[in-house]
Amino acid sequence: MVDLETRTKRIAALHQEALKRIVVMDGAGGTMVQRYKLSEADFRGDRLKAHNFDLRGNNDILALTQPDIIREIHDAFLEAGADIIETNTFNGTSISQADYGTEHLVPEFNRVSAEIARKAADEWTAKTPHRPRYVIGSLGPTNRTASLSPDVNNPGFRNVSFDELAAAYAEQSRALLEGGVDALIVETIFDTLNAKAALFGIAALGDDLGFEIPVMVSGTITDLSGRNLSGQTMEAFWHSMRHTKPFSIGVNCSFGARDLRPALADIARHADTLVAAFPNAGLPNEMGEYDETPEETAAFIVEWARDGLVNIVGGCCGTTPEHIRAIVNAVEGLGARPMQSEDPALRLSGLEPFTAVA
Amino acid sequence: MTKFRTNFINIGERTNVTGSAAFKKLIVGGDFDAALIVARQQVENGAQIIDVNMDEGMLDSEQAMVMFLNLIAAEPDIARVPIMIDSSKWSVIEAGLKCVQGKAIVNSISLKEGEDLFLEQARKVQRYGAATVIMAFDEQGQADTVARKFEICKRSYDLLIAKGVLAPEEMIFDPNIFAVATGIEEHNNYAVDFIEAIKRIKAELPHAFVSGGVSNISFSFRGNNPVREAMHSVFLYHAIKAGMDMGIVNAGQLAVYEDIEPELRERVEDVILNRRDDGTERLLEAAEKFKGGKGIERKEDLTWREKPVAERLTYSLVRGIADFIVEDAEEARLTLGRPLHVIEGPLMDGMNVVGDLFGEGKMFLPQVVKSARVMKRAVAHLTPFMEAEMEESGEYQKAGKILLATVKGDVHDIGKNIVGVVLQCNGFEVIDLGVMVPPQKILDTAVKEEVDVIGLSGLITPSLDEMVHLASEMERQGLKLPLLIGGATTSKMHTAVKINPNYASGQTVYVPDASRAVSVTSNLLSKEMREAYASKVRSEYTDMAARYANTNSKKPRATIAEARANKFKINWAGYTPPKPTFLGLKRFETYDLAELADYIDWTPFFASWELIGQYPRILKDEKVGEAARSLFEDAQEMLKRIIDEKLLAPRAVIGFFPANSIGDDDWEIYADDAREEVRLVMHSLRQQMARSGARERANFALADFLAPIESGLKDYVGGFAVTAGEGEANTMAAFEADHDDYSAIMFKALADRFAEAFAERMHERVRKEFWAYASKEALSSVELIGETYRGIRPAPGYPASPDHTEKALLWQVLDADNQAGITLTESFAMQPGAAVSGFYFSHPDAQYFGVGKIERDQVEDYAARKGWEVAFAEKWLAPNLNYDPRKASKSAA
Repeated sequence: MVDLETRTKRIAALHQEALKRIVVMDGAGGTMVQRYKLSEADFRGDRLKAHNFDLRGNNDILALTQPDIIREIHDAFLEAGADIIETNTFNGTSISQADYGTEHLVPEFNRVSAEIARKAADEWTAKTPHRPRYVIGSLGPTNRTASLSPDVNNPGFRNVSFDELAAAYAEQSRALLEGGVDALIVETIFDTLNAKAALFGIAALGDDLGFEIPVMVSGTITDLSGRNLSGQTMEAFWHSMRHTKPFSIGVNCSFGARDLRPALADIARHADTLVAAFPNAGLPNEMGEYDETPEETAAFIVEWARDGLVNIVGGCCGTTPEHIRAIVNAVEGLGARPMQSEDPALRLSGLEPFTAVA
Repeated sequence: MTKFRTNFINIGERTNVTGSAAFKKLIVGGDFDAALIVARQQVENGAQIIDVNMDEGMLDSEQAMVMFLNLIAAEPDIARVPIMIDSSKWSVIEAGLKCVQGKAIVNSISLKEGEDLFLEQARKVQRYGAATVIMAFDEQGQADTVARKFEICKRSYDLLIAKGVLAPEEMIFDPNIFAVATGIEEHNNYAVDFIEAIKRIKAELPHAFVSGGVSNISFSFRGNNPVREAMHSVFLYHAIKAGMDMGIVNAGQLAVYEDIEPELRERVEDVILNRRDDGTERLLEAAEKFKGGKGIERKEDLTWREKPVAERLTYSLVRGIADFIVEDAEEARLTLGRPLHVIEGPLMDGMNVVGDLFGEGKMFLPQVVKSARVMKRAVAHLTPFMEAEMEESGEYQKAGKILLATVKGDVHDIGKNIVGVVLQCNGFEVIDLGVMVPPQKILDTAVKEEVDVIGLSGLITPSLDEMVHLASEMERQGLKLPLLIGGATTSKMHTAVKINPNYASGQTVYVPDASRAVSVTSNLLSKEMREAYASKVRSEYTDMAARYANTNSKKPRATIAEARANKFKINWAGYTPPKPTFLGLKRFETYDLAELADYIDWTPFFASWELIGQYPRILKDEKVGEAARSLFEDAQEMLKRIIDEKLLAPRAVIGFFPANSIGDDDWEIYADDAREEVRLVMHSLRQQMARSGARERANFALADFLAPIESGLKDYVGGFAVTAGEGEANTMAAFEADHDDYSAIMFKALADRFAEAFAERMHERVRKEFWAYASKEALSSVELIGETYRGIRPAPGYPASPDHTEKALLWQVLDADNQAGITLTESFAMQPGAAVSGFYFSHPDAQYFGVGKIERDQVEDYAARKGWEVAFAEKWLAPNLNYDPRKASKSAA
């Protein structure tokens, strides 16, 4: 684990930096891994040769079976100029890993994944000391939803509980922190209740460890109406997450940068914290491939920056080191969104926001 | 609804078992559906937050809270508002907090059991992300005087701020509303104490809120709702003036202060403000008198029936209510003197309102079609009267005359029918020539009937070519009429690039959906707008065509040889193709409709009504959800009729045949498993998009999924043709006789869904039962629709196999005319229209793809393989050509 003082200093520095200029995160881990076209045998490596579930597609396990590939991907993004890299742990809760029968490896691969990313970031920091690199532990949405029933005929049913989610996220977070991440990101949130459980678990872990864990919070919208899968508007989502006092709030995935903008603007209008956004490389084409060029993605992001919507940007599905390089170059010298404050008000939400001033 | 200052927040109280006997009965009886209706009514009646309380001895309160909140989460029209989680038990509150994704309010915490527990619970409130109500309750008990109320609230406020637990704006103080007029003298000042406490809290505890349970005030008048409502209203009037921010109220039942009968209001006010010693007695006296008056109940509102007839007609049209339309139309006829005046007057006015609402996106297509049904009923009633007086009145002038037709070779007409209805709604006269209309018939009718516009529709790709042909015929025969193009495969680009250039004398306009049909047609027919509009469209299309010509020449493309070199390579070594359980045909003379209903994919059903969104999410969509739900209910009703009355008669044939791929892009079907006699050769088209690098995708063709003949493997291919069946004609005639376009379109749309569902179900049975290579597969219908299973069922004429003529070969092997009663038109559309056909491929790596644009080298090669002239191939492959055949042949010459 990074010692508390170092982490506190790093996070303060990152915060300062993100107020001065647009800080850039890395691009997609998952679609980068896909490019290696790994076989079942590759995923298993020597370590899990005899595992009795198929592992192909379990990208998180590669920290144990193909650590060099994970390192290579981190290096590619760091070389492209990313200030922040995310650990390759998007599906790293025991809930998501249950599909692969690898729940017991959760603490180990999360820790190792964090260590790989930490080492990469530290080596690049040593190379470019004027531009220190940061590691954020990635926590994805899991494959279950706490506020939606998987059974249309039984809308009151849930296949995962708040407590299960909170415990699973806390377990993953602990391992990521042990492996040396600077902060966490709860990302691609399609069900706000899952995220609330995640942040609840992380806060409890913070109590345990004796410090407040900085967390980035990033939602995703599922259609052009600008709502997430569980039906909330982005402002309602912000109201639901605001109590966690996140390091940053924002959106990722969903669509390309063009179509993500209204949701981002909605959040940026209200948030009294940093704003982070990392879009896909456009929409997938008829073949399921992302074909927005780095220049196109970067051009949209420059608009965001010019309009003062963001502090931190990066890429999600389909973005490559070339996209990140283009973004780094494009936002060079552009100022970040200034910190804003909100007047005291009661900010509630259902699917829609509700604000009242006393 | 209350008319208090708008920023007073109404919290719905009816979903509270301690406050509502009716709600308690529903919850204890387990009738959660009815309980949800209570919640919905609260929101509809203006509750901005709803209070949920399950504190009842008979209940497992935690479980009831969780169940009810989970159910609310699935109801977007309820879940849109924040929840107040109300319980005297902390464990119930905590269970509730774990169910809500929104930011909720806890009701409540207090200093009742000391500071430690208070702070602990407040910290949890913060951590769960809620605000909280704080009762004026401390270790000594509940506060009843102004001083105690304020003192406890201030102590709570200071403590939470000092410990940094909650911000002031997340604190909502409840300084206890107690019953007045109880007969006990000490109670007489309770309302005044509350109101005075509000003033102090608002003045001295900045940013905090004040709330309260309003109905407590009138507790002693249980059973006398008029008096209770008056008390609530008067109490709130004064409390809100003092600064009360929100209250738990029966949102549907708040009287307006000014509307209260003056004598009652005065006596209530005396009690609330404790203005006279005999206030209670005087109110009790008056109470008897007012008891008879009914409360403000919510029931079906028929007050609109009292309005003038013109307004009633508009009301019926906008809401699609057919119940009174004939009687109102008759009344209007008698009043206005002539049937024509009814149509041109109130009915058209009503339809204009519908048209405007539709144009503004406030009404949706299914609602408009329902309105049209009402309109048609009214017109049907008036028509005999009009005919009787036709001689004297002359003919009724329509806004314009539109000819609609589905082109030759195509049988699809749902979209065209919707356009027809929408145009009629807007006063246009529509001549609908139906489906498979030969071009000359369209042109002759247009001339004979002197129509103003021709509208063409088509769904399958060969129809695109028919439209091009018709446009050039219009040019040749000297017509000048505007030509509208619509239908699923048409596009603005195709219209601009392929159709428009062939018809220079008139204007061609692409109409993307029914909602645009009216504005496009109006623009084209308006004397003032016509020229400007047409020239705008013309220049836009010219630009598009030019841009298309440019971009297309630049994109890198693979030659057919390169594409073949990058074919999808399956490792056949070690693979054994599964053998179907039988070879040859199997027919299904009928099929259980109820079984198929489970396989219906609803998303395209909504799309056919121009409601775009994923089912079931669309039902909760903010914008179209209401329209979608109503449409869905009607669809369920029709579905039940179809099943119960067997209005459709599904038929199908499937078959399995020995097959291997030959060469690169073709495959052979053999007469039998000896594979000596070739029955016929199928041809596939290959993708020619440029690919580079080993990590890129292949250039696919269907032939890639079959074992090549050289492999020595015995591979197989399947074929199928399914239809929802005949039987449409009688049903449709009945709907038409009833002027019920809505049901007619609904029926057709459902027939299409049944055909698709049949194809999906049959494919499942093929995988599990007939080909049986996936006998263990167990997928939900969502996964089925998501196509996560092994094997594909591509159809000739669709993206993976865009040549419609290959369907004729499929028909040869399936004998689908005789086996399933499905025939092919000259454009290879299937009849009946609600039909689906295709091939089955079983290899685990077989996948859907789109061939996309192809180059001349492949077209020449393909023509040679099929024994066609190149020009003939270019006609059938026109939608896929990446070049202009006219230019290409010139440059080659």
